[in-house]
Amino acid sequence: MLAVSSGGGHWEELMLLRPALAAFDPEFASTNSELAQRDGVARFHLLPDANRDGPRQALRCFLASIRLVRRLRPDMVVTTGALPGLFCLITARLLGARTIWIDSIANSDQPSLSGQCARPFANHWFTQWQHLAGPRRRYDGALL
Amino acid sequence: MILLTVGTQLPFDRFVRIVDRLAPQLDEPVFAQIGHGRYRPENMAWQAFIGPIEFERLIGECSYIVSHAGIGTMVMAQKHRKPMILFPRRAELEEHRNDHQLATVRALDGRPGIRIAYDEAGLASLIADPQPDPPAVDRLPERDRLRHAIADLLVAEQHRRIGS
Repeated sequence: MLAVSSGGGHWEELMLLRPALAAFDPEFASTNSELAQRDGVARFHLLPDANRDGPRQALRCFLASIRLVRRLRPDMVVTTGALPGLFCLITARLLGARTIWIDSIANSDQPSLSGQCARPFANHWFTQWQHLAGPRRRYDGALL
Repeated sequence: MILLTVGTQLPFDRFVRIVDRLAPQLDEPVFAQIGHGRYRPENMAWQAFIGPIEFERLIGECSYIVSHAGIGTMVMAQKHRKPMILFPRRAELEEHRNDHQLATVRALDGRPGIRIAYDEAGLASLIADPQPDPPAVDRLPERDRLRHAIADLLVAEQHRRIGS
């Protein structure tokens, strides 16, 4: 299993989810290796940071995500977003993995843009707000 | 010490300026993490970026947090039981790509330890009136629920894979 997110809040949410993943012995990937150090994550892979305001950075992150997923060949990918999670999720799904997207709790008025892009590639798609639940948009609790 | 943080992604000079103006009247010194902002505080010690390990240490040490409405800081504040004053970024002032921080604070308003300011006057009145530490949250039913849902889903996916 690969559990991936960008740094900051997305990583904090992934760490809150960690007890649910523990039995599956996940490898983690994110954009700041000091976060892995802080949280005692040993099996960690670094990805370049990216957001949608920097197309060159985003391309670098996409290519690195493809390389990582091709190397690890996970059966499962779990992500709390944003762009690095999206890139890994798409690549993994195209290579036959099963994928879970958990949209950040920061998106309380509408699903995130990266979450919307992830929908066609996600086997399971979770929102953390009851009022955003809908067809193929499951609400089953929230991390904060 | 009062900890001010704007996160690492985007500048938030309007917020830093307001807190810098209020700082001399406060009972405690403010330490500011100002990110990519251009404004240099005059009445607060500051640093542009702080690594996650040092940042968590500061959260543990501070008496309360004044922050943009970023989830990372909220998770840390809850973990260390620190009261927070949240000041959401506004898209119309080009402080974020959209108004999700405004929606987030409206959804979180009223939770223990969280107060929200929408402008300078609101921030001035909240910051002058510190609150006690919020009670410890050992269990959050909705958090447990999502963890169980994901764990069950992963088991089902594993069975599906072994079965196929």
